[in-house]
Amino acid sequence: MAEHIISLQGVTKEFDTKGGKVVALKDINLDIEEGDSYGIIGLSGAGKSTLVRTINLLEQPTEGKVLFNGNALTGLKGKDLNIHRRKISMIFQQFNLLMQRDAIGNIMFPLEIAGVPKPDALKKAKELLKVVDLEERAHSYPSQLSGGQKQRVAIARALASDPEVILCDEATSALDPKTTRSILSLLKRINEERGITLVVITHEMEVIKQLCNKVAVIENGEIVERGEVQQIFKKPKTKAARRLFFPDGDSREKPLTKTSTRNRVRLVFDEATAGEPIISNMIMELGAPVNFLYANLDVLGGAQKGQMVICLAADKETADKQKEYLAAKGVEFEEIESDDSFGEEVSD
Amino acid sequence: METQALISLLGEGTVQTLIMTLVGTLVSYLIGLPVGVSLIVTGPNGIKPAAVYNKIMGFIVNVIRSMPFLILMIAFMPYIRKIIGTGIGTWATTAALILAAWPFVARMVEQSLMEVDPGVVEAAQAMGASNMQIIRKVLLLEARPSLLNGAAVATITILGYSAMAGILGGGGLGDIAIRFGHYRFQPDVMWITIIVLVILVQIMQEIGVRLAAKLDNRIN
Repeated sequence: MAEHIISLQGVTKEFDTKGGKVVALKDINLDIEEGDSYGIIGLSGAGKSTLVRTINLLEQPTEGKVLFNGNALTGLKGKDLNIHRRKISMIFQQFNLLMQRDAIGNIMFPLEIAGVPKPDALKKAKELLKVVDLEERAHSYPSQLSGGQKQRVAIARALASDPEVILCDEATSALDPKTTRSILSLLKRINEERGITLVVITHEMEVIKQLCNKVAVIENGEIVERGEVQQIFKKPKTKAARRLFFPDGDSREKPLTKTSTRNRVRLVFDEATAGEPIISNMIMELGAPVNFLYANLDVLGGAQKGQMVICLAADKETADKQKEYLAAKGVEFEEIESDDSFGEEVSD
Repeated sequence: METQALISLLGEGTVQTLIMTLVGTLVSYLIGLPVGVSLIVTGPNGIKPAAVYNKIMGFIVNVIRSMPFLILMIAFMPYIRKIIGTGIGTWATTAALILAAWPFVARMVEQSLMEVDPGVVEAAQAMGASNMQIIRKVLLLEARPSLLNGAAVATITILGYSAMAGILGGGGLGDIAIRFGHYRFQPDVMWITIIVLVILVQIMQEIGVRLAAKLDNRIN
């Protein structure tokens, strides 16, 4: 039991609304291991925020169990729940800092709640300000800080109670791309250096790519696909995963689809296969051309991944030979069905 | 009227008005603040929803608030007389002020606390804060500027009520305005009491606004 730091078992959440019952989560089973940086990705309204809120019981699941280090949190109330909550910190899209307290006062807040003596709390808060690189803003109030600085204060506050897990609910969605990168690298450092488990809720694939080792794709309140980020990137099984991983696939292909909808394959190159001119060699050896539709380079958790969509020869025999060739060279590929419009618009 | 006599009369009236207003406001807050907090806490989106309590308390507050102050004072006069021994003067009026003002204060407090960002409350819950800690360290502190502005409005309203009570022999500046200014046709006394009242209101408003601004860390 102990290896799963967080375990959701058959978690269902229903909301009663004026229009009747709405099922936000359907029978979610999810195990998160210690040290994971576990991404949960989905479009708006997929249920991912509700999902993360069931972990610390901000939302009471209608059915199912939430286990933390093997202990059931569901069913706990008041003090018993609060003691566990101190080990599961949370950061938010809107930062949720106390506006009437300065940076250091905000960081001291969870310690104050836990009854830590003030001098100790102050000492710790100062250290944490250093960790998030904001020493000079100790006495600034949230209204005087930028979005990125506010999130840094929130991260320091999250660290104050020495948590085992930090839940990140769209933590970078309100930030610009540059600030997002710096916050993500700070979170990654916290995950790697302190071994704190992260649960990362996001609608942006970039966040998953930069920060997470595992990912679950959630759609309409259900987890439709899950696994190592590298694996899902190579071979997404579901349309939902494909749509999230390659949101711009469709737009780039559209002008080409009329002439080349058949025999499309998506290739993934990693460091082992990227060094060789495999496609060039294949064209020369088999004497059949291919059509290049799309190519891109991604960084997944520090490792470079190239992906390419090409259209193989029109006749099946040659196409099969080409596939054999690619397989022999160790290139990961998957066929794309011609009717699969991969990538509807990813909202916000 | 002799200037000397007028001054001492006005001085006495001002002191009585200040006693009624300040004691009335203080006691109204002692009752209204917890009630206002309880209305937020037990509300549908509160940290400890309790629909039955919330409905009943909300109803009581609404009933008292819908009674005009003078009517309420007259209606409750016999009971006030029974409890404190007199139906007129400073203390009878103070009792009536408290009776009328605590529901008003409760609603002012509720309004102020409603402005606190629910996300901050949620963050405190996620940290493992108890409901009492959330009330003391989050709700009341985050709403502090708004609560102080509200307190200035409440004090001024209670001052106004106390002056109204003058028509029923309530003591204070309102009493002087009615007895001398109105019944004895002394418009000069009437206007002087009005000026004193205006000055008192200005002072209270200024204190409230300045304190609220000074203790607000969102803008500086």
